[in-house]
Amino acid sequence: MASSIRVRAQANGKTTEVQALIQHPMDSGFVKDSSGKLIPPHHIETVRFEHAGKLVLMANWGPAVSKDPYIKFAFEGGAKGDPLVVTWVDNLGKTDTLTAKIG
Amino acid sequence: MHPRADHHPPAIHTRRAATRLLALLGVAGFVGTARAAAPGWPEEAFKQTSEADAIKALYGKSAATSDKITLEVPEIAENGAVVPVSVSSSLADVTAISILVPGNPLTLAASYTLPAGTLPSIGCRLKMAKTSNVIALVEAGGKLYSTSKEVKVTLGGCGG
Amino acid sequence: MRKFRGAAALILVAGLLAGAAPAPAASLASAAADQKAFQDNFRSRFPAVPFADFANGPYSVNAPMRKQWEEIMQFPPYDFALDEGKTEFAKPFANGKTYADCFPNGGIGIRQDFPYFDGKTGEVVTLDLAINRCRQANGEKPLKYQTGMMASLTAYMAETSRGKPFDIKIPDDPRALAAYEAGKKYFYTRRGQLNFACASCHVGAAGQRMRGDILAPALGILAAFPIYRSDWGSMGTIDRRFTSCSAQMRSTPLPPQDPAYRNLEYFLSYMSNGVPISGPGTRP
Repeated sequence: MASSIRVRAQANGKTTEVQALIQHPMDSGFVKDSSGKLIPPHHIETVRFEHAGKLVLMANWGPAVSKDPYIKFAFEGGAKGDPLVVTWVDNLGKTDTLTAKIG
Repeated sequence: MHPRADHHPPAIHTRRAATRLLALLGVAGFVGTARAAAPGWPEEAFKQTSEADAIKALYGKSAATSDKITLEVPEIAENGAVVPVSVSSSLADVTAISILVPGNPLTLAASYTLPAGTLPSIGCRLKMAKTSNVIALVEAGGKLYSTSKEVKVTLGGCGG
Repeated sequence: MRKFRGAAALILVAGLLAGAAPAPAASLASAAADQKAFQDNFRSRFPAVPFADFANGPYSVNAPMRKQWEEIMQFPPYDFALDEGKTEFAKPFANGKTYADCFPNGGIGIRQDFPYFDGKTGEVVTLDLAINRCRQANGEKPLKYQTGMMASLTAYMAETSRGKPFDIKIPDDPRALAAYEAGKKYFYTRRGQLNFACASCHVGAAGQRMRGDILAPALGILAAFPIYRSDWGSMGTIDRRFTSCSAQMRSTPLPPQDPAYRNLEYFLSYMSNGVPISGPGTRP
């Protein structure tokens, strides 16, 4: 199965710019489906970004983060070819991780 | 595509879509939280329904208004389900950036921890239930700063 | 096109000379004249919009919305569908053949030629319909229209065609002209409890607000399909947009790929000849 995580990480000299898109419903728990039943809450709580074994960003999300969430940030360092590990955990304990290469 | 998409009839009536968006953030309280939150996730802060309580739960201190924070949001959201928000700051030693939407029943939308070396600039996309201020909180040098801007959220007609 | 315009002018002049009141019967020349008038109307109403930019719907005519769109396009949410479509497109059917075997140029860079009029069957064939006929000809079940894999496949096929201008042809066949005229009639006919025609919003009120939304100009309105709509939270094809639009006007939507919808797509795409394919797209 294809990964739920897509990452674009670009090293430009001193810093690395990271953009990530995650496929996730981010259900708040207050939305009803077409049969009138509540769709249970199902949203990502944390996303960790690690470069060279070091945390470069910790995102904490509530249900107000949009479906198929997007995040953009930058950190000092990082070189072309370096691995960037992205891991999310949601409120149901589901998780996914991806090791992306910095371009 | 996500399998859930199949549960929705493709022809979506405007009113239903609008109702859904309102319902999205309409009532506080989760249906059930049997399992523990993800490690490090500030559960208490995400439960709060007021700006002051959310800030207190997150940082335990109050914020001073600062002009050294740049908050970029649209004046009118094209759709309350996807509002692009970006926060950056020229303050030194920024360790955290959080975004609050007091117009949503659960005030805290997102909170980012920035280790040393991470630039004080974050972009993301948030849901907004109605017209509201968006508050950017920046923790820098152990102190808390904030700025805010209003985003108008209108109900869609057709989607263009 | 130029030849047609000339012919239309001739007919017009002839009509004036004769002092004859009756409108000229539908012809290839009148269709070409329709197209010119249609495009000129949008050009003159939105003089600051470059012609190719009409491929970007409401974002072509509203700057604050365009800024939000540009931010979303930094990492568009249709990326997952695009990948899925690319993988599916390359995957052989049970008989070993592929989608590429069904289309000119292996299906790459051909979106701008759809829909076309099929002289053999005497009907308008859209890309979505051609995809399902390809599947059925190879012993596969047709895909559900409107969303899911159909949207992913058409997203990939559109992406390989980006920048190529719509190039819809009306062959010299009375049935083709009849299909065009039927699509035109559908576009300008009021329907539903709200009593709106497609043209009421997308010609007359293009660029204006309908509650929170900016109405997209009809010129180039199909260039970005399929689209990821924030309102849907998922992908949708032209069928999904037509049926949801019908429902919003409180009329009963037609089944996907109904001949009336295909004729409408034929008309709209022909009106947009010259506007480049921009799909897949994102919309509010």
